[in-house]
Amino acid sequence: MASVDTTTNAGQLLAAASGGRRRLGDRVFSRTAVVAAVTILALLAGVAIFLLSEGFPALTASASELPEGKTFIDYVAPLAFGTVLASAIAAVVAVPLAVAAALFITHVAPPRLALTLGYLVDMLAAIPSIIYGLWGIFVLGPAAVPVLKWLEEKLGFIPFFKGPASATGRTMLVAGLVLAVMILPIVSAVAREAFAQTPRRLQEGAKALGATRWETIRMTVLPFGKSSVMSGAMLGLGRALGETMAVTIILSVSGAVSFNLIGQANPSTIAANIALNFPESSGLAINALIATGLALFAITLVTNMGARAIIARSNQE
Amino acid sequence: MSRARWLVVIAFAAVLAVGIAACGSSSNESSGSSGGGEVSGEFAGAGSTAQQAAQEAWVAEFESENSGVTVSYDAVGSGGGREQFIAGGVAYAGSDAAFSTEEGELEKAEKRCKPGQLIEVPDYISPIAIIYNLPGVEELKLDPETLAKIFAQEITSWDDPAIAKDNPGVELPSTRITPVNRSDESGTTQNFTEYLSEVVPSVWTYEVSGDWPVKGGEAASGTSGVVEAVSAGEGAIGYADASQAGELSVAKVKVGSEWAEPTSEAAAKIVEESPLDKELSPSKYTIAFELDRKTESQGTYPIVLVSYLIACTKYGSAEEAEGVKAYAEYVVSPAGQELAAKQAGSAPLSSALTKKVTPAVEAIEAG
Amino acid sequence: MESSAHSPVLGQVQTSRLLSGGLGWRRRSVNVVMTALIAGAFLLAMIPLFSLVFEVAKRGIPGLSLEFFTSDARGVVGGGGAAHAIVGTLVITGVAAVISVPIGIMAAIYLNEYGTGRLRRALTFFVDVMTGIPSIVAGLFAYALFELFLGPGIRLGVMGSLALSVLMIPIVIRSAEEVLKIVPNHLREAAYALGTPKWKTITKVVLPTAFAGLVTGVMIAIARIVGETAPLLVTTGVVDSMNTNPFQGRMQNLAVYAYNEYRSPGVMKQASYDKAWAAALTLIAIVMILNIAARFVYRRYKTEIR
Repeated sequence: MASVDTTTNAGQLLAAASGGRRRLGDRVFSRTAVVAAVTILALLAGVAIFLLSEGFPALTASASELPEGKTFIDYVAPLAFGTVLASAIAAVVAVPLAVAAALFITHVAPPRLALTLGYLVDMLAAIPSIIYGLWGIFVLGPAAVPVLKWLEEKLGFIPFFKGPASATGRTMLVAGLVLAVMILPIVSAVAREAFAQTPRRLQEGAKALGATRWETIRMTVLPFGKSSVMSGAMLGLGRALGETMAVTIILSVSGAVSFNLIGQANPSTIAANIALNFPESSGLAINALIATGLALFAITLVTNMGARAIIARSNQE
Repeated sequence: MSRARWLVVIAFAAVLAVGIAACGSSSNESSGSSGGGEVSGEFAGAGSTAQQAAQEAWVAEFESENSGVTVSYDAVGSGGGREQFIAGGVAYAGSDAAFSTEEGELEKAEKRCKPGQLIEVPDYISPIAIIYNLPGVEELKLDPETLAKIFAQEITSWDDPAIAKDNPGVELPSTRITPVNRSDESGTTQNFTEYLSEVVPSVWTYEVSGDWPVKGGEAASGTSGVVEAVSAGEGAIGYADASQAGELSVAKVKVGSEWAEPTSEAAAKIVEESPLDKELSPSKYTIAFELDRKTESQGTYPIVLVSYLIACTKYGSAEEAEGVKAYAEYVVSPAGQELAAKQAGSAPLSSALTKKVTPAVEAIEAG
Repeated sequence: MESSAHSPVLGQVQTSRLLSGGLGWRRRSVNVVMTALIAGAFLLAMIPLFSLVFEVAKRGIPGLSLEFFTSDARGVVGGGGAAHAIVGTLVITGVAAVISVPIGIMAAIYLNEYGTGRLRRALTFFVDVMTGIPSIVAGLFAYALFELFLGPGIRLGVMGSLALSVLMIPIVIRSAEEVLKIVPNHLREAAYALGTPKWKTITKVVLPTAFAGLVTGVMIAIARIVGETAPLLVTTGVVDSMNTNPFQGRMQNLAVYAYNEYRSPGVMKQASYDKAWAAALTLIAIVMILNIAARFVYRRYKTEIR
């Protein structure tokens, strides 16, 4: 923080000179700054209060009053499951790809291209999520249908691919893949930062000992960047958990909890469920939706705070 | 440095200004309209996706005749439309099912309209087509029992003997059947499940409602979602308002001893032959039908939906009352019904029906 | 980040293996394979990007026309343009920026120049929390807030702006804070030494120095929220006509417009789909322009700190 540094001469002069005389300009300005800070806290408090108060009636209502005639826990559990499942698929696919892409940009590609390639990957983050949804349902879904059939045939013994394969491609697997593309730039940006900052000494030391490029990476860059990559992965995971439009458009929601990734009967995610049902809901149903939104907020909060904790821990070392 | 800063600030402001002073005047000013008509203001409706094409056409025509008014119709589904109407969030609603007496829905609607009364009149009659995607199979005949079993997921493949029995000579592939249903609460679903449960109650044991009762099918949102899903999936079969079936193949359904197609004439005929539902039509402004779906008479198509226009006889603001009245009068007028028939493929209200319906909408007034 | 205490590097075993093993064909081929895999993974990650841009362009261009940009969809069935959506996006985003930028920058100034103790810690922590709010939850908040005062079913342009502000403020604060931190202390101290009051120091020295970075941060934040659909779905409503007043009536915007044309195509289905893709294309174009402009502004106007 850049306040008056009284260890310097100038600072001491100022502290002495202005002590007691608080000019109007200073007072107004600093008050405004404080007001801004307080406004934001008030805004956040407002978000919390409104959501809690609107969501609360649903938490205490009986099953018969809630949508689908279930208790709130029964209502939100499959949604939370779907949310976590889709995001898990996204993370499992995106993190290795993002790490590899980051490695490519920082250590394999010619350094002159690094900036441009970085821009390219970052462009994925600039694309609005509704476009991902349209792309998923019109391009990736139909393209995936033969792949889904193949998965059912060859790998059908694994519960994930039990099938029967959807004929339209609107499956949890496709939704997860689209989410993976969406979070790839986030993970990749964090990984790039970390990989680029691997100390030269370490890498040159490895090279001096005759390590090949891959061995250098494996022995210096990857271990060094491990915790950053993990926190980047959790940031990406947090984004995937909250993603609404892509899942709303793509997923065929007609089932309950299931690990079948290629079928047509999928659980919904919390965010997609809100988007799909909000327009036609009123009364207690809206309260229930808001309560699921709170649950989602809690899940993403925990994920993000985990990410920050990991960054903080690795910074201390 | 400061010049550059001013440049950026001005550019930003310019973009904002362009946006705000953009072409087209604000629609909220009730300016002296040059397009004739004295109606002004803004009101909104919501509801049935089956009615959507028709509502679009009606809104467009109405707005071009009354340039001072803005109408919007949000096709969120019949259930959503009724909910929003009860909650007072919209001035009118479109619904494929009349307000039911379950859970006091009808009472709540009447309460919303106090001190006036609830208006519920048919404004859109359209057959529900059974659409399917089976390359190579141009014609498909399904009797009600087979149809029910398919959607109940008891028949799972296209070459099942039950289907083959009614389609002699047709080469049916062994593709898996993908039944497509609505994921949102829908009057189309309600009408379709009503038909199934009345005609083949032994097979269709599920509750009749706007929410599709069978889990595990392919679920899509909105009428267009179902049409999209059926188009995209080989072996898919779904139900949707016939006006939006587009190029998809449509199955013929057995009625009596005939195979009926979803035409607007067939839909109009069954409405003519059906009585009023006394329980759901408590006042002279509510005209709800109890469709005779078990009918075997020739020339009818029983999987039909009668969609309703829902409004109140009194509105708080005079402007809103005038607007809704003019709109509703247009919707049920022969001109409006012709437009819907042309643009959305519905069956126009018969003249007898029009005579009953018009006094209801003419009762709208301010208060 | 130097981390000599926890060196992840070459242990005894590895070093000796390197020194004694010699660069045999095995190690060389592993290197080649892994390098190829890494390059392959990068290309794999690029495929969706190109497919996205290609498909949106391919499907969106047929929907573009002069009409698309200049007229709204009022009074026309199946035809009409998206001018009301474009203007709506500009207005809603504009209002969101007007709310978020002053508050965000002042809060960043507070954090960086004034803040001490509990308020500062609380603010930092909660800004972190705010970055994690799912976009739909921000929309629900705006809806709940307005519904409390104005009744159910209310739909206004400014509700969407409020929801977007909730998403935008933490981004503005974070990037502004970073930029303000970079402004070196000696500039501030030089100003103080000349007797400049603190507020003048901030407005005449710190902010101009950080100007390019601030503008960039704001533009990036705008680019991020301009494509948000979910919060607008539940707040701004759907309408065919042009509405430039955010405080009255429903307002259409590009993201919800695209979603709506897809979800409820109306009588002329292909035309609606074309327009959905065209709206998507316009959105991408706006985002790209903002991003590129941000980089341009940054490079052109940044002050080199010696």
